[in-house]
Amino acid sequence: MITFDAVTKRYPDGTVAVDDLTLEAPTGEITVFVGPSGCGKTTSLRMINRMIDATEGSILLDGRPVREIDPPTLRRGIGYVIQQAGLFPHKNIVDNIATVPRLLGWDRRKARDRAMQLLERVGLEPGMAERYPFQLSGGQQQRVGVARALAADPPVLLMDEPFSAVDPVVRTSLQDELLRLQAELHKTIVFVTHDIDEAIKLGDRVAVLRVGGRLAQLADPETLLAQPADDFVREFLGHDRGIRRLQFVPTDGLPLRSGLTVPEGYDGDRSEPWLLTVTPDGRPVGWVPGDGKGGPEPFGTFRPGLDSMRAALDAALLSPSGCAVAVDDDGRVLGVATRDDLDAALTGAVDGGRPPARPERGHE
Amino acid sequence: MNDGPPTIWEWVARNWDTGRVGSIKDLLGDHLVMSLVPIVAGLVLALPLGLASVRWRWLYQPTAGLFNVIYALPSLPVFMLLISVTGLSKTTVIIPLTFYAMAVLIPAVVDGLGSVPDHVRQSAVAMGFTPLRRLVRVELPIATPVVLAGLRVVAVSSISLVSVGALIGQGGLGMLFTRAYQNPFMPPVVVGIVLIVALALVADGLLVLAQRLLTPWVRARRAS
Amino acid sequence: MTWLGDFFGDPANWSGPGGIPMRLLEHLEFSVLALLLAALVAIPLGLLIGHTGRGGLVVVVSANLSRALPTLGLLVMFVLLLGTASIWPVIIPLVLLSVPPILVNTFEGIRGVDPELRDAAYGMGLRGGQVLGRVLVPVALPLILLGLRLSAIQVVATTTVAAYTGLGGLGRFVIDGFATKDYASVVGGSVLIVLFALVVQLGFTLAQRVTVSPGVSRRLKTR
Repeated sequence: MITFDAVTKRYPDGTVAVDDLTLEAPTGEITVFVGPSGCGKTTSLRMINRMIDATEGSILLDGRPVREIDPPTLRRGIGYVIQQAGLFPHKNIVDNIATVPRLLGWDRRKARDRAMQLLERVGLEPGMAERYPFQLSGGQQQRVGVARALAADPPVLLMDEPFSAVDPVVRTSLQDELLRLQAELHKTIVFVTHDIDEAIKLGDRVAVLRVGGRLAQLADPETLLAQPADDFVREFLGHDRGIRRLQFVPTDGLPLRSGLTVPEGYDGDRSEPWLLTVTPDGRPVGWVPGDGKGGPEPFGTFRPGLDSMRAALDAALLSPSGCAVAVDDDGRVLGVATRDDLDAALTGAVDGGRPPARPERGHE
Repeated sequence: MNDGPPTIWEWVARNWDTGRVGSIKDLLGDHLVMSLVPIVAGLVLALPLGLASVRWRWLYQPTAGLFNVIYALPSLPVFMLLISVTGLSKTTVIIPLTFYAMAVLIPAVVDGLGSVPDHVRQSAVAMGFTPLRRLVRVELPIATPVVLAGLRVVAVSSISLVSVGALIGQGGLGMLFTRAYQNPFMPPVVVGIVLIVALALVADGLLVLAQRLLTPWVRARRAS
Repeated sequence: MTWLGDFFGDPANWSGPGGIPMRLLEHLEFSVLALLLAALVAIPLGLLIGHTGRGGLVVVVSANLSRALPTLGLLVMFVLLLGTASIWPVIIPLVLLSVPPILVNTFEGIRGVDPELRDAAYGMGLRGGQVLGRVLVPVALPLILLGLRLSAIQVVATTTVAAYTGLGGLGRFVIDGFATKDYASVVGGSVLIVLFALVVQLGFTLAQRVTVSPGVSRRLKTR
């Protein structure tokens, strides 16, 4: 666990980068520091591994003040990932990853074996081992950066806007990869970003910081979206936070109707406006209008219990029928969630949350 | 009639303008000619070669390689080898110095043009500049700071290198050094060094001034 | 061409203290000595200034000034001041003139390393010296070698000129030959010096290939 106890960073010119910050980053969880530029999020992160020293207050690593630990020793026990990956251009990939193990005195073979293992773990081909950083794409370099930080198996990982320099598609895959790794490794991660979507996707807890280095709110993503502490947080979360909140609403309780699916070549009752044609082994083909003319039209699917209401609603909006197709892990149709059922579930979700402290602004 | 060796000032006063060949004033003039001609000629020749190297990329490696080799050649033996072609004349000093200047300036021109941001070039194309107009109005001005930085190096080193020409009797102020060595006497050495360094500093200062006048935006950007 | 034949064909030129092998060895000796002394001063100083970031202005100004110093004038001045009893009055200016290129390029090389890289190195727990030795120097190596190469070019040329003030080396053929109108000696000596300079240049190119990591040198190629 990382504990910030009344931490302040004041520069000699009087600028206050971090102001009386008190919070905890629990063991095995991802804590995200998010906020606009100038909010002291990176400074806060860098005070943990003493790249910057706090002016007042103290930071504890599992109860021990970091100030008492010699910085290089401290840093070798903490993984550190930065924006441009910061890979050493003169070393090949495997040597880059093996940097900290070698610093810790592992023998060359052991460090190399560990590096090769990590290379695979972050989703890179073993053939990349002998390449140099300039021969890798930005996304690949960032993966190597993560592997390098994990090399000595540190319990704590500090990530300073690690994915902000890559394109959105690659960023998404890197985020997914990080969540997958975290599910296996359970590291204590502090992650800095200016992107609220990234914060909500990755964070177990999100600390929103405001300019001047003060903590505006510390909460899990769902609470953050449902109950922003003040106008600053509300504004920072953006206009569509209502929609984004849906990704925390489960689809377990959503009623599924089975009467709307019909086999291919069906010519029976056509009183429903839309019917879903299904293959003999239960896979969806498409929506056909009730009168049998035209179709099949596109459909959208979600996995009940696994996907959120946001995915279910998205699936419904994708098809002209307005219904979302529920499928199991193999893609076989379980049933259909109609627009009315979705509406009812959404209403329930809103009612489930407490009413906002003051009238909402905008058109949420 | 002689009470001790003359001071430097006395020596300068006595030798500044004797009206004969080899007065300090005379040597200063020679020095200026032998250093200015290579600077100007080097720039005039380096510009088209640099432009060509940017236009046809394959040209750059061999050109840069060749001039790298030329730059590595010590001046004295090159002067000596040239004597059989151009005799004991100023030209013998001017030709190698011109080549040294080109060795510095060609990469400067290429780097300078390389420093033109692609979006600037693209937008100039989009606005309908013809290639020549684009070069003169957009690309060369942007390349100017890099080229001028190269020119400063060339100016200072050319001015000091001319003095080696003294060993073949064409050294401008460098003649003061050989003269001082032949009848051991310190003032000419000091005067020669001071004048050459002063000349180099003046040339450097003028180029800095030219840079400010030609590229006002560079300073404005730094100030903001 | 006949001058070349006369010079290289004369057996007297191949033996004794004034022979080609001896002069070549002297030239090599003086050049290496001066370059080595200059590197011993300039590289540590450049690393220190580049790493700490203090004193950079002094380096740049002194380098510009040194370029303006006429080598011949400096040589004559030191010899007039210190006499010709030993080679040091000549070696000192040689060293003085070769310090700035090494110093400036080492300094610029270290200072120019991407700050992110420095940050990553410290962040992983490297100590100050390790950051310098394992990260900054390997990455700055192309520029450090460039400084050494420029200095070597300078030293070879100045050693030639120094023959005028009585130093040995290949410059003697040229200077003495010119004084005695022995043009075979002038041309032969000049050719030898030119070849010597080219070999030095080639040596540095090879050293660059061998010592600079391929991960770093590609950046030089695209420049």
